[in-house]
Amino acid sequence: MAVNHAKDGAPGFLTTRFEALLAWGRKYSIWPFTFATACCGIEVMGAFGTHYDIARFGAEVIRFSPRQADMLLVAGTVNYKMAPVLVRIYEQMLEPKWVVAMGACASSGGFYNNYSVAQGIDKFMPVDIYIPGCPPIPEQIIDSIVLIQKMIDSGGSRARDRWPIKI
Amino acid sequence: MAEIEAYQREAGTLDMQAEPMILNIGPSHPATHATLRLIAELDGETILKLTPEFGYLHRCFEKESENATWTQVIPYTDRLNYVSSLMNNVGYAMAVEKLCGVEVTERCQYIRVLICELSRIIDHMVCIGTNMVDIGALTNFWYFWKPREEVYRHLIEPLTGIRLTTAYTRIGGLMWDLPDGWVEKCRDICRDVIVPAIADVNALLTKNRIFIERTMGVGAIDPKEAIARGFTGPCLRAAGVPLDLRKDETYLVYDRFDFDVPIGEEGDTCDRYMVRMEEMRQSLRIIDQALDQLPEGPVNVDDPRFILPAKKDVYETIEGLMNHFKHVMDGVQVPAGEVYSATEAANGELGYYIVSKGGGGPYKIKVRPPCFPLFQGMPHLCEGGMIADLIAVLGSVNIIAGELDR
Amino acid sequence: MTDKQPSVVLAKLIERFGDDIVATHSDFGDDTARVNRERIVEICTFLRDDPDLLFDFAMDLTGVDYLGEEPRFEVVYHLYSLEKKHRVRIKARVPEEDPVIDSVIPVWVGMDWFEREAYDMYGILFRDHPNLKRILMYEAFEGHPLRKDYPKARRQPTVGVEE
Repeated sequence: MAVNHAKDGAPGFLTTRFEALLAWGRKYSIWPFTFATACCGIEVMGAFGTHYDIARFGAEVIRFSPRQADMLLVAGTVNYKMAPVLVRIYEQMLEPKWVVAMGACASSGGFYNNYSVAQGIDKFMPVDIYIPGCPPIPEQIIDSIVLIQKMIDSGGSRARDRWPIKI
Repeated sequence: MAEIEAYQREAGTLDMQAEPMILNIGPSHPATHATLRLIAELDGETILKLTPEFGYLHRCFEKESENATWTQVIPYTDRLNYVSSLMNNVGYAMAVEKLCGVEVTERCQYIRVLICELSRIIDHMVCIGTNMVDIGALTNFWYFWKPREEVYRHLIEPLTGIRLTTAYTRIGGLMWDLPDGWVEKCRDICRDVIVPAIADVNALLTKNRIFIERTMGVGAIDPKEAIARGFTGPCLRAAGVPLDLRKDETYLVYDRFDFDVPIGEEGDTCDRYMVRMEEMRQSLRIIDQALDQLPEGPVNVDDPRFILPAKKDVYETIEGLMNHFKHVMDGVQVPAGEVYSATEAANGELGYYIVSKGGGGPYKIKVRPPCFPLFQGMPHLCEGGMIADLIAVLGSVNIIAGELDR
Repeated sequence: MTDKQPSVVLAKLIERFGDDIVATHSDFGDDTARVNRERIVEICTFLRDDPDLLFDFAMDLTGVDYLGEEPRFEVVYHLYSLEKKHRVRIKARVPEEDPVIDSVIPVWVGMDWFEREAYDMYGILFRDHPNLKRILMYEAFEGHPLRKDYPKARRQPTVGVEE
């Protein structure tokens, strides 16, 4: 959770220090669950590689179990056959969690507008960060981790608090 | 299925006195390289029956291509086998050029050979790297990712503008010519980065006791079965069948190069790994020879029906402007007919069956993915083996879901 | 493609099956034969076993939808011979009211999933197929998406997840 401000607007000293400590711990250990389906998956592997080393930013451990991960990194196209699987994984993750839609296909369906491709994962779950690109370069994934760190620091509301958005 | 169980129970060989367990190796699993699903019925650790399921990455390549012009299909093709996108581009461009009856220039053919062989090398690196990660040998992944990064950053990105999904070929030629210094850079990278990486992985794996025990005899297939199931590519060559379209139905300028085609014996996982390693070395030979023989000249055919006019003409002459407009709005006009064109992609025979009714866009394009029959053959490779062998075989067969599902 | 004797394959096919070979051509270097769908298994067995032809590789099977023509669908087989190194394309038209054709799994066991995909995408039924289910789309999907009258961007209610 972000640093909570108490309802009366005056949090105590120890509470804020404790929450700042929690935020510090969280932001430097964001463990991703890479839900890599397609071409963006290869760029994710590149981001975890030696040149764009994402472990420098705390995303050291790539956990393939949703129970142990903080961030759901959806990399690649999600179609209607895969959507129930993705939602199930999202629901299995523990709070606090962040969702990053990597690439054009996960953000909005990409250049696939057809009977099989979901037009963006934000139809099924709240998304905190969208990374544009087809595929985005690995530095953009690092950028998304840094943005999440800023979100944790600043205490801004997560996308979950604004969910569901019905247009 | 019930017969096997009944028989084994009678013979006293059923491991647990219970029904076989159904294990779902689901679509989101680290070893399935995304979006493959295998439903295994297990007796203890032995697989009795394996049912593969896929379609979790079906992105409707065929339906999208029916609503696009010939050139607009090219970005869709490179998302098929996204690990070696350039090969898909080349295959598609060759198929349409066969339909149009246009012969590309010699320089274009050499460059296409170069990019195909580079793509083959990086595809095999992904296959072996991820296969080894699944088996537990993580170091090879890092060893192989460095040359891939070098090829992406210094060769493919300056050439095409993007690292992964390139859309580089055009009908009648290429997007543009090689940039300055590309040839020297290619030689440097092949010599200084790729060769040592292959040597490193070789030193780690080939004589490694654990690797041999884990992969030898696992997932073996004999040649007749492989042919009946439609296997092509390294998996077929590992089984002992010497089919390589670069030699047997030679296309582009492959007949001018001197290279060997490695053939395996048993068709098991170890052979598939060895065939891929050797193919990488042979690809380096082809790249060397191609760089030496690379001719000068234009990369595009000199035919306004297929190639966009030069920007200078577009801005200064009315004919150039009209030509450009027609190309972009209507697409390249291709005659009616149907054609099947196959190339030797990294995984096997990548075929494009194109039906055209004339006009600017295709009527139908069917891609014959090389890993479709391979995934179909998974039950044959794995049934009777153990669950851990399934993971080793799945990685060695190199299923790329973008191509499998299209 | 290398130059080969014109239509050795097609000549043998016509000699053996006569009228069941409805039309042939070799446009763009590809030998093509359109055949009668009733005898497809016999024709395929002949192609696989005849010592001059030896088409042991079945490379591809697909359907094509010629909306507006009658018969509407066409099943296309691409074959390759490892020893003789030649290719052939066999096509069989299938009408819309009765889109059934025999399965060629007895001839080449690798055609299993290709036939399932043709069923999934076009609705062409294969007689005697051991497991004719959808393969690319999810089970609850309705319709056959690659038909020309199926709109590209039609959305069906998603199964298993709320939007």
